[in-house]
Amino acid sequence: MKKAVIVHLAAISALLLLTSLGILGESGAKLLPASLVFTDQADPIPRVDLIQVGELAKLLTASTAERPLLIQVGSRVLYEEAHIPGSEYIGPADSAAGLARLRQRLQSVTRKKFIVLYCGCCPWSRCPNIKPAWDMARSMGFSKIKALYIADNFGADWLEKGYPVAKGD
Amino acid sequence: MRSLWIVIAAGLVLSLALLYRHQQPGSAKPAFGTLPVAPDFSLVTIDGQNLNLTGYRGKVVLLNFWATWCAPCREEIPRFVQLQDKYRKDGLQIIGISMDDGPGPVRQFYDDFHMNYPVALGGAKMGELYGGVFGLPIAFLIGRDGRIYARYFGVTDPSLLETAIRKLLSSPSN
Repeated sequence: MKKAVIVHLAAISALLLLTSLGILGESGAKLLPASLVFTDQADPIPRVDLIQVGELAKLLTASTAERPLLIQVGSRVLYEEAHIPGSEYIGPADSAAGLARLRQRLQSVTRKKFIVLYCGCCPWSRCPNIKPAWDMARSMGFSKIKALYIADNFGADWLEKGYPVAKGD
Repeated sequence: MRSLWIVIAAGLVLSLALLYRHQQPGSAKPAFGTLPVAPDFSLVTIDGQNLNLTGYRGKVVLLNFWATWCAPCREEIPRFVQLQDKYRKDGLQIIGISMDDGPGPVRQFYDDFHMNYPVALGGAKMGELYGGVFGLPIAFLIGRDGRIYARYFGVTDPSLLETAIRKLLSSPSN
């Protein structure tokens, strides 16, 4: 009996230690600072329409997978500093001008095209760009459209994890 | 058997401590280990004034990378305005580096938020100078000696930041 209690406590300790060191819970389970857990997005993007960074990185290196059209909907400055290779800059989708550019870009794209939108300017729930961009694309009839789930920002969740980046225009 | 219990208890305490630390907002990370000198830069503020970091040597500088569209930035900037007022006479200088794509919204924001410290447009090169600004906000706390004492990713914890500022201000040389 005592042995079982010890084993359980040891397991809990190990689990807590691994979690606190960030070894466990990379994707959805990532801990956010309490002050960053906001619920600004009243109508968030459904979980099924999200793609995790690890999943996208794997997909981009797979020779057999369909390569998505990658669109960055954040600021130009952040795009110039680092972006996913092959991704296109559209600009912040929180503005009418940004949404107009996105609409224009997507006009000529077949509605069955696999598209991934991403930003990464800010913690996910505070990002002003990703939701309007996703809404716009959905309203245009795209069915295979995903939003890249970036928990904190592009640097922490993509670049620092060693996934490939490109710089400049 | 007793020593095993001690090991487990120590493990639990350590884990909880690390977990607590991990959850702190805008937690400061050790600045590269050996406190590097903050890279100098020369920019022009949105008021048309020259802005050089070396011009503030001898002061404690909070260098804040932000943008008008960044919700967490908008949350903490009013606190920075208060800090600037409170500690200006003690030698605190806050500098805002906007990562917006153009000056228009920055000027409007500057007025709307009654910003009382210099603000300049940064750009990709300025971000790279500070190790890359790949998300906002980011802040660097620079001592009177021009060295970086802390980096803050995300919203700064008001209490922790003020404590760090007071500590640097109280040291004449740091």
